[in-house]
Amino acid sequence: MRNALSNKILSIEPSGIRKFFDVVSEMPDAISLGVGEPDFDTPWNVREEGIYALEKGRTFYTSNAGLKELRIEICNYLKRRYNLEYDPIDETMVTVGGSEAIDVALRCMVDPGDEVLIPQPSYVSYLPCAVMADAKPVIINLKEENGFKLTPEELEENITNKTKILVLPFPNNPTGAIMNRDELAKLVPIIIKHDLFVLSDEIYSELTYGEERHVSIAEFPGMKERTIVINGFSKAFAMTGWRLGYACGPKAIIKQMIKLHQFAIMCAPTNSQFAAVEALKNCDEDVNKMVEAYNQRRRYLVNAFREMGLECFEPFGAFYIFPSIKKFGMTSDEFATKLLKEKKLAVVPGTAFGDCGEGFLRISYAYSIDKLKEGLSRIKEFITELES
Amino acid sequence: MRDKILNMLEKNGRIDIHDMAIMLGLTDVEVANEIAAMEKEHVICGYNTLINWDKTDDEKVTALIEVKVTPQRGLGFDSIAERIYNYEEVTSVYLMSGGFDFTVIIEGKSMKSVANFVHAKLAPMESVLSTSTHFVLKKYKDYGTVFEADNKDERMLVTP
Repeated sequence: MRNALSNKILSIEPSGIRKFFDVVSEMPDAISLGVGEPDFDTPWNVREEGIYALEKGRTFYTSNAGLKELRIEICNYLKRRYNLEYDPIDETMVTVGGSEAIDVALRCMVDPGDEVLIPQPSYVSYLPCAVMADAKPVIINLKEENGFKLTPEELEENITNKTKILVLPFPNNPTGAIMNRDELAKLVPIIIKHDLFVLSDEIYSELTYGEERHVSIAEFPGMKERTIVINGFSKAFAMTGWRLGYACGPKAIIKQMIKLHQFAIMCAPTNSQFAAVEALKNCDEDVNKMVEAYNQRRRYLVNAFREMGLECFEPFGAFYIFPSIKKFGMTSDEFATKLLKEKKLAVVPGTAFGDCGEGFLRISYAYSIDKLKEGLSRIKEFITELES
Repeated sequence: MRDKILNMLEKNGRIDIHDMAIMLGLTDVEVANEIAAMEKEHVICGYNTLINWDKTDDEKVTALIEVKVTPQRGLGFDSIAERIYNYEEVTSVYLMSGGFDFTVIIEGKSMKSVANFVHAKLAPMESVLSTSTHFVLKKYKDYGTVFEADNKDERMLVTP
C-alpha cells in the first residue's frame, strides 16, 4: 500500500506536551502544576445561559461568521476593554477557540515560501499551523535578559524580503511576559516599513497584572489594517471546554477566513455562542475577581521560587511562571521527568514551547493556594536533594 | 488594600498573615497593622468557623422566625432588636423590608427548645405582634460555602 500520509504532516514533531502527557497519564497519583487552563468553573450565569439555550431547542447552525448578537457584543467588549473598534458584520468572526483562528488566518494569508516570524517560547500551535499552510516558519528566540519580550532589534534582524507575517504572542504562554505600550510602539515602525501583517494572539489579554491594562498592537495608527486580533473566551471567562474564540481584522482578510471556516467547520458551537453573549455582557466583575486571585497566586509563587533560590523573572501576564533550572546541569526534560518520577509532580519542560525554552520550566498557577503549596513543597524537597 | 484583606479573610479566617502579605505585595507589618485597626474599628467583628453540624453527633435545630412588631416611640426598632438578640440561642437578627419586621435565626438543641423560646420568650414580648417559625431541614450552602462541594479537579494533568 502507498504511504497514506503527507510529507508535510510527517515533518511536524509531536507536541512536547503530548509526550509528557503520556508519561503523566501512567501515574494516577501524580499531582500537577502543568495545566494551561483556568481552575475556575465558568461563571454560573454563563453556564445557565448555555443550559437555557439547550432547553429552548437552540440546536441549529448559526451563520458562518457566528451569531450576530455575539459579534456585536464582541465588538462592544473590545471597544470597552481595549479601545479597539471593529465592525461586527464585516470585521469579526467567531471561531472554534483561538486555535482555529490561528490556523485559518495563516492558511488564508500565506503562499508557499512566505516567511512567518514566530517568537518563542510560545504556544505550540503557531509553527505546525505555519507549516501546514506551506509557509516557512522563522523562529525568533526570545531572551530571558529581555524578559522574553520581542525587541525591535530581534524583529529587524529576522526580516527578509519573504517575510509576510509576524506572530505576536503576548501576554505569553509559557513565559508570562507581556509587551507594554512603549515596547509595542517600537515595533510598529518596523512592521510598517517592511509591510508585514501581524497575527496578534491576545487570548490572555484579561490576565495582566501590571499598572497598565493589556494593550493591543491594533490600537496603534497604521496597524489596524495589517493586524488580525485573535482572542477568545477560554482564559478570560474560564470557558476552555466551550471551544469559542474570535478573530477581528481587515474586511478583506476576515471575508476569506470566513470562507475557509465555512468549508472546514461551518460554524462555532451554537450553544457556546449563546452562553458567550452572557459572558461578554455580565461578567466583568467575575473576570476582575479571577484576575485578583491569579495575581495573588502569582506573587506567592514568584516569592516561593526566589526563596528556594531558583531564578525567576517576574511575569506580568497569563497564569504561568517560567523559572530557570540551568544551575542543576540538567535539561528541562530531564528535570521535569525526574521531578515527576521522584516526587510525582508534573510540570511542563520549557522546551515544549521551543528550543529556547531549554533550561526553564513552565509552572502554572491555575490552582488553589493549597494545591500550589503542596506542589511547591515537592519542588523544594526535590531541589534540596539535588543540591545535597 | 482593606477590601483585598477583607475579601481574603472572609474566605479564610485562618489565612497566614505572612502568606497574605506576599499575595498582596505588602509587608507583614502593614497587613498586621491594617487587620488590628479593622478589629479595633469593628470592621472585623470576629473569626468564626463554618461548621456542618449535620456531620457531627451534636443534634442541632435551626429555625428562621419572621417577627412583626410595633416600633417604640423614640427608639424605633433598635431596642426591640436588642431585647431579642440578647438571648444566647439567637444567632442572627435582621431588620427586614417587606411583610414583616425582623428575621430572627435561632439555634436550639431540639424542636422543643425552639418552640419553648418562641412561645415563652419571643411571642409574649410587649411589642411583638406575631411570629411565624420556619424550621431548616437541610443546609446546602452557608456564607458562600457549599457544604458538600465536589472539589475534584477533572482537568487533564498537562495541557498546552
